[in-house]
Amino acid sequence: MTLNTSEIFDQICEIMTPFNIKAISIKTGTTFASDLELDSLAVMDMLAAIEDHFDVTVPLNILPDLETVGQVAEAIKTILDE
Amino acid sequence: MTLDLFEKFNTTIENFNQLPSGELNPFTVVMDKVISPTEAIINGRKTILAGTNNYMGMTYNKQCMDAAIEALNTFGTGTTGSRVLNGTYNGHKKLEASLNDFYGTDHAIVFSTGYQANLGVIATIAGPKDYVVIDADSHASIYDGCAMGNATIVRFTHNDPENLEKRLARIRRKDPEAGILVVIEGVYSMLGDQAPIKELAEASKKHDAFVLVDEAHSIGVFGQTGRGVAQEQGVEHLVDFTIGTFSKSVGTVGGYCVSNHPKFDVLRLVCRPYVFTASLPPSVVASATKALELIKDSNLRVKLLENSMRLNKGLADAGFNMGTTGESPIAAIIIDEQNTAIAYWQMMMQEGVYVNLAVPPATPNGLNLMRCSLSAAHTFEQIDYMLEKFISVGKNLAVL
Ligand SMILES: Cc1ncc(COP(=O)(O)O)c(C=O)c1O
Repeated sequence: MTLNTSEIFDQICEIMTPFNIKAISIKTGTTFASDLELDSLAVMDMLAAIEDHFDVTVPLNILPDLETVGQVAEAIKTILDE
Repeated sequence: MTLDLFEKFNTTIENFNQLPSGELNPFTVVMDKVISPTEAIINGRKTILAGTNNYMGMTYNKQCMDAAIEALNTFGTGTTGSRVLNGTYNGHKKLEASLNDFYGTDHAIVFSTGYQANLGVIATIAGPKDYVVIDADSHASIYDGCAMGNATIVRFTHNDPENLEKRLARIRRKDPEAGILVVIEGVYSMLGDQAPIKELAEASKKHDAFVLVDEAHSIGVFGQTGRGVAQEQGVEHLVDFTIGTFSKSVGTVGGYCVSNHPKFDVLRLVCRPYVFTASLPPSVVASATKALELIKDSNLRVKLLENSMRLNKGLADAGFNMGTTGESPIAAIIIDEQNTAIAYWQMMMQEGVYVNLAVPPATPNGLNLMRCSLSAAHTFEQIDYMLEKFISVGKNLAVL
């Protein structure tokens, strides 16, 4: 079964619940650093949870390009399609 | 408007400026005079050194100093050149032979620092089609080696073989042919915990990955002949590359990598942090060679671990929240508030004890630590003095 980006986004939002301490509503443009106030450690933990959920490898190399939740959803989509 | 390149450092500068200046700043300590491996004069005060990585006290070993002086007199102050041009003296070859003898390996390459050894080896042997899989708590030099190279970088949860195995399986499923390098450390320097090398290396071998172990904090300290944690755990046969430094137990400066890989020596031609920098000065090389010889046959590691256990146990018994257990030469107290940790550090200095204030990003899990690295050269008297001061300052600051 192939997931589309919006389904991936929805699943990511769910995985992010424990990391969304301020319980803000998450949109594709929500940023990890300023909106969610996650430090780099928390971002890495969250990515590990996302990797496990989708059973994919998110290389550390692309981390600097992932500033928003939407960007992560797109990255996961690309990795799943590869 | 032109942008000032230094604008990006504004927050760092602001944070630094909030720290007290002068002798109360934990990051601008100056050693005015060094008396011994365990004592120095700092701000005019005689201070016990309890945070210098001088595990064996080798910096003032008479035989090491004599060897350095002789090399200095014979070969001069420096080589002024790269190992591949004019910078290889017979001392460098002798040191590499000593490393092979020390580790029982076929190949040894000496670098100018341990940082460069990690940078060079990791960035060079893992190419664009390969993967480097690193422990999340890896030292900066390992992260920087990854950043310098072209491989795909994957992290696994600190010291977690199952997590590593899961990640390796994922890589293999996607890329059955890829070269994979797994990088771990023998001892993690902040909390002194050992890697379960056996389990991590077995998971690696199951997926045909190469294993690199950085024994920076474990050479001399662990294993029957001081080779490190892999020797201690009896799993050296599972390790493909061992990296280490001369800047801690060995008491000088420099780095190395040893391996049995038949093509290992090609790194002398292709590893840029080896080629494009000057080689170590002859005096450094001579003292490192002598120190390796001494470390191999010495029982200083027994005394070192005794010292560490004494401090760790004393602190734990006093009721501190400890990050360490005393099984390595590190003792670290966890302090909740960073400002308390800074004050703690300052008060210890005023009591004549130098320890490390360790804060993120150098520490795992965002911890603030009062970190000590013990030395075999510490006396019980010095350790009991540190302990007494840790307790009185701890009470003063309501940490205890
Ligand atoms: C794990 C680890 N690797 C490498 C290094 C770098 O060693 P060197 O001081 O020789 O550059 C260190 C020391 O800071 C270290 O802790």
